[in-house]
Amino acid sequence: MNLDSMYQEIILDHYKNPHHRGLREPFDAEVHHVNPTCGDEITVRVYLDGAADEAKVVDVSYDGQGCSISQASTSVLTDLVIGRTVREAFGTMDAFVTLMQGRGQVEPDEDVLEDGVAFAGVAKYPARVKCALLGWMAFKDAVARVVGGV
Amino acid sequence: MALDVETIRKDFPILDRVVHGDKPLVYLDNAATSQKPRKVIEALVEYYERHNANVHRGIHTLAEEATALYESARDRVAAFISAPSRDEVIFTKNSSEAMNLVARVLADAEPPHRIGPGDEIVITEMEHHSNIVPWHQLAERTGAAVRWFQVTDDGRLDLSTVDEVITERTRIVSMVHVSNLLGTINPVETVIRRAREVGALVLLDCSQSAPHLPLDVRALGADFIAFTGHKMLGPTGIGVLWGRLDLLRVLPPFLGGGEMIELVTMERSTFAQPPHKYEAGTPPIAEAVGLGAAVDYLSGIGMEAIAAHETELTRYVLSELNQVDGLRIIGPNTAEDRVAEVSFTLDGIHPHDVGQVLDELGIAVRVGHHCARPAVVRYGIPATTRASFYLYNTPAEIDVLVRGLARVKKVFGG
Repeated sequence: MNLDSMYQEIILDHYKNPHHRGLREPFDAEVHHVNPTCGDEITVRVYLDGAADEAKVVDVSYDGQGCSISQASTSVLTDLVIGRTVREAFGTMDAFVTLMQGRGQVEPDEDVLEDGVAFAGVAKYPARVKCALLGWMAFKDAVARVVGGV
Repeated sequence: MALDVETIRKDFPILDRVVHGDKPLVYLDNAATSQKPRKVIEALVEYYERHNANVHRGIHTLAEEATALYESARDRVAAFISAPSRDEVIFTKNSSEAMNLVARVLADAEPPHRIGPGDEIVITEMEHHSNIVPWHQLAERTGAAVRWFQVTDDGRLDLSTVDEVITERTRIVSMVHVSNLLGTINPVETVIRRAREVGALVLLDCSQSAPHLPLDVRALGADFIAFTGHKMLGPTGIGVLWGRLDLLRVLPPFLGGGEMIELVTMERSTFAQPPHKYEAGTPPIAEAVGLGAAVDYLSGIGMEAIAAHETELTRYVLSELNQVDGLRIIGPNTAEDRVAEVSFTLDGIHPHDVGQVLDELGIAVRVGHHCARPAVVRYGIPATTRASFYLYNTPAEIDVLVRGLARVKKVFGG
């Protein structure tokens, strides 16, 4: 195991220059998630257009404090879900969760996960998987509050 | 007398480990748990290989031996903290259980010790969650209120309000002797003096002091102290509640079960005398024996010598860390009234990332809120990195830490 496999340049870039960061109006739902073991916190807002899983994700905005992994992962999330339907976004989320829970055994599909493939190395560090999923779980929760359980 | 650290290190097999390929382990997470000397490991093995039986029950040879070993561990712990009586030493699972025990029984106690509506419990802002949550729960059950001392910017307890915080309504003051987040050694005598004026009990959480400082419960002057074995070279699963014998006699039992009774009929039970009154069920026998071996080891080296060695480490680590750009010490910035546990933040770099890079270099530190979230929040930060030292740590390991921090800054800089 090598640290370079975790702190990929892509991750450090997203951490230093996060995409879509900051809380914006308008929004349909806002959630606040914490990782009680490390104190990381994130607030996520979603703004949707349409109904149920065909609704379009118009905007995802966020603010929080946390490690490079949790912050970069949320930045990548916004790139992957803004402009997609809820169905597509949740499909991508499933692929990301599968990658993160794969203990380094899952080969990521770059066509689906784009910059998210950089997190493949994080999956080898069980203590950090929760960091990588913090923003995604908050996004899932926020969307569910708008469209109901999808 | 200076410690012979090189010889001491040979007593700890784990310190020979390498991690991540070829990196020698630099273990700086002693406030979370300490490593174990061979003597303690051997005591556990010897107990299970030669003497294992249940205690205080059988009349066969092994039962007698196991009982003698278990009770001898109580004698050693009593001597280690200069307890007036061995019967004042109650074995628990850990410090948390010891403090929960006190919080639980005070709700059921007879006056004047009973805590009820209108009564107040005093804690501090620098407590570990294990000395906050049981009091929240007690307050919830009884209608009592929790009050607290605040901490100052430089990591000391603000005792300027001692007369307003501890009042005639205060029934117990429960506070940490040494902070696990800040490393501060608290001036407990000031608090105890005020508690005595109003007739309040005092419980000290000694989880971080018992491993590092000479402790004498007669000199401390508290009513109860709690500490845990695994932070002082002993096994996990064994902690200690020391309490004044007159209190332990009148307070009600905690858990009910085997061993803690005098007589049981189908209608009612009467209870054994302390310490057995508070030790329901089969106790952690091997763990107690291991703790006995641990305090023997510590006493053999000498707690004064250990404390002096750690003060030297504290001076050195503070002076080195203060030269790191962007590093902020959370806690007292001098070695006075402070132990060798140093929490810090690095500008713009999250502690999780600091800890991950250090781990890759073989350096084990703790990151997060250290189960002391109110104190972390008070300093306006989400978390800290904490390096905590013990008798086997060396100045050279502090140099490795400082070089590691330079590497951290290189990875995340710019």
